Amino acid sequence: MAEMKHTICGMCAVRCPITVHVENGRPVWLEGNANDAAMGKSLCAKGGATFAQRDDKQRPLGPLLRMGKRGEGQWREVSWDEAFSFITSKLEGIIAEHGGRAVMMSDRGGPFADLRQAFMKAIGSPNYMNHDCTCGRNTHHASRSVYGMGRKDFAYDYENARHIVLFGRNITESLRVKEVKSVLKGLKNGAHLTYIDPRFSVTAGKATRYWQIKPGTDYALLLAIAHVVVDKGYYDAEFVERYVTGLDEFRTFLGPYTPEWAEKETGIKAKDIEAFCFQINEDRPKVIFHPGWMYTRYRDSFYASRMLHILNALMGSIEQKGGLFYVKGAKDAGKKGLKSIAGSIPAVKEERADGCGSRYPYFDTSGGMLHLAFDALDKADPYPIKAYFIHRHNPLIALPDPVEQRRILDKLDLIVSVDVNYSESAWYADVILPENTYLERGDILRMEKGLKPGFGRRQQCVVPLNNTKAGWEIYLELARRLGKEEYLPFKTLEDIWAFQLQDTDVSIEDFDAKGFVKLSQDAIWYDRDKLSFGTESGKIELFNQKLESQGVPSFIPYTAPEEAPAGSFRLLYGRCGYQAHGQHQNNPILSQLLDENHLWIHPEPAAELGIKEGDLVEVSSGDVTGHIRARVTNMIHPEAVFMLHGFGTQVPLQKRALNKGLADQIFMQGKLTDWDKAGGGVNICQSFVTIKPAVSQELK
Amino acid sequence: MSKYHVLQDVKDCIGCRACEVHCKEKNSSGPGVYNCKMVEVVAPAGKKMRVDYVYLSCFHCKKPWCVDACPTGAMRQRDEDGIVYVEGASCVGCKACITACPWTVPQWNPETGKVEKCDLCKDRIDAGLEPACVTKCTTGCLTFTTPAKASQASRQAFAERIMKHRR
Repeated sequence: MAEMKHTICGMCAVRCPITVHVENGRPVWLEGNANDAAMGKSLCAKGGATFAQRDDKQRPLGPLLRMGKRGEGQWREVSWDEAFSFITSKLEGIIAEHGGRAVMMSDRGGPFADLRQAFMKAIGSPNYMNHDCTCGRNTHHASRSVYGMGRKDFAYDYENARHIVLFGRNITESLRVKEVKSVLKGLKNGAHLTYIDPRFSVTAGKATRYWQIKPGTDYALLLAIAHVVVDKGYYDAEFVERYVTGLDEFRTFLGPYTPEWAEKETGIKAKDIEAFCFQINEDRPKVIFHPGWMYTRYRDSFYASRMLHILNALMGSIEQKGGLFYVKGAKDAGKKGLKSIAGSIPAVKEERADGCGSRYPYFDTSGGMLHLAFDALDKADPYPIKAYFIHRHNPLIALPDPVEQRRILDKLDLIVSVDVNYSESAWYADVILPENTYLERGDILRMEKGLKPGFGRRQQCVVPLNNTKAGWEIYLELARRLGKEEYLPFKTLEDIWAFQLQDTDVSIEDFDAKGFVKLSQDAIWYDRDKLSFGTESGKIELFNQKLESQGVPSFIPYTAPEEAPAGSFRLLYGRCGYQAHGQHQNNPILSQLLDENHLWIHPEPAAELGIKEGDLVEVSSGDVTGHIRARVTNMIHPEAVFMLHGFGTQVPLQKRALNKGLADQIFMQGKLTDWDKAGGGVNICQSFVTIKPAVSQELK
Repeated sequence: MSKYHVLQDVKDCIGCRACEVHCKEKNSSGPGVYNCKMVEVVAPAGKKMRVDYVYLSCFHCKKPWCVDACPTGAMRQRDEDGIVYVEGASCVGCKACITACPWTVPQWNPETGKVEKCDLCKDRIDAGLEPACVTKCTTGCLTFTTPAKASQASRQAFAERIMKHRR
């Protein structure tokens, strides 16, 4: 009889609750953890390929030490002891000469990051970063600028919404299982869905209104929407009166941005914008403007996201059924939360290399900015960086311009990659410390905020098949060898769990039954008459005086995006539902679903260029050229071309995926330093490529 | 036809292909084998943009061409519920079933040189469970049912819509 174990999926960064059936030590069945009603037994394709990942031998199966030059792929298999000794002796030298601040880490991030943050603090480095500079940073900083609270301090009640508005938030393909189920329920309940994207994604196919916007003009459309909403009084006057400041300044600023003006910029008809605004006025307050997920696209994405956040406030949809709600924590349930490991270690006083909190006082220091750390590393300014830990992150494909990145990485004395898979970045490291696949490892407990806050547990369900270790083992051992055991005084994961739970009235056995523990049986809603926000005034600030004083204007006039040079196209990229962040292109099952990506191109330019469906085309930018097959479709705006991200891997040991399809980031030369000074995010949709039919129709 | 029916609500399908993966994982199917397949259909140029995903598996016919065509008796039909399945040990890889099926449903495994096909996860059905694709569908757009129940559910939903809009 199979034993059922509840844990947390690790195939992508969503980390859904799941249940695995184990028979004689073998995992035999995997499904969603139905104890979580919103999840049910559902599992996406990536989760479905979990066992295939574990059984796959085309990944690092034991610690590897680089032999040849960086990136040459000559590895020596070493013992864990040798790998740890190599790293600690290097680190000791670096720390002795340059201090702990000379070590940086970029981490995929997520709910288990506390331990990695603790490790960095323990060795005396302020330079912990997550992946967010190419993801949610603009949205996060925009949220702080309006609400004084982070983007994750609010969540969305799609199921009860009357109107869901998504600016490229491709909910059906950049997939969170519970979220997509909730949106589909909302649609069944009659919600409107307005979807705006130069590409007709699967989400566009579910929308009640789709606008194929001219790429790079989201901000113009949002200005016009805000203009109509404010001008016509299509807002919740009572909520605004009570909680919102700066409406007068906002109204003045919006003056010129009429729908007629926006039609010329965006290609969306003025009367359609008017009709949309009329409809959201009918639908409010149950209107959700999703403020953006990976909204690090254009140089004004921060301001576009600010508009989205502001529109939610104008709709009065805050702490509202069918709108946005504050995610509740342990305190809201009258309970104590998990004790933070990093929080128990004295603060590192050094300035961050990326300047967050110092040169950029308005940037959140908790996640940092990797591209700014690269710049610091390149210039040894404000100080030298000598060692880089890359934890399950893949900057060489996540950030633009791998050639430039490698030039900068070469200034490091030590690169350590901790990952389950070979990634482009692991391949460029000096040491690869292979992590157990997620079924083979536990992690620290996670806080699960929401209407019913609780804690969740990833536990080890099966033994590792290879000579790999759990992340917590790796960092505890490194800390111990570096003489920092006092800060991480744990021997086992159970020790860490006990530490985290010490102030709570929850015991670790409480997780066995369902995989998680709820701190409140009932949904917690705040009194809408007594809301407060994290800004200086405690109100929702449309005009943010503090930011203004730090040099960040609350409102910036619209500037049209750079036009594609003649014969060029703006390069857009995105995801499908069965791949995530280039992690699983080599998975034995998922690689079968789609082995190479295609270039979406509109029929009109395709006809001009003599390109037909399925033709091999040459994509170029500067001295970089690549080949890919064309998908000729009106589902992409004529000014842009689109490809799925994560293809075209150059890692030889990823034999199923090697050289299959094309990578987008290689065409983004010089874009590592093209970033949003107000929001901080890297502008990833600002590159142009030329397209022509390939001379030979054979893939090179 | 088998007494069972896998019903898809296309409106709720997001083409995420989890059904294909859950099937491949459960049945250890060979490379390129899709016992169930999500088929993408796009509206023709000039029409309103639209993309749908249609779930296609085996129809488990009442009088299956594949079973009639199989020279070795590998392709079989269960008496109790009409599930059409292939007994791998007896399959010689002649592909007669693939040729005979009007929808070319039987799948070719190039590694074993044999045919594979959907058996509705009959081991799971025998254990009182549902096929892998249905059980774990990301959005719940697949339902394991019978034609009679599917008809009744559809009529019920229609009737409830009438009630909802009644003045």
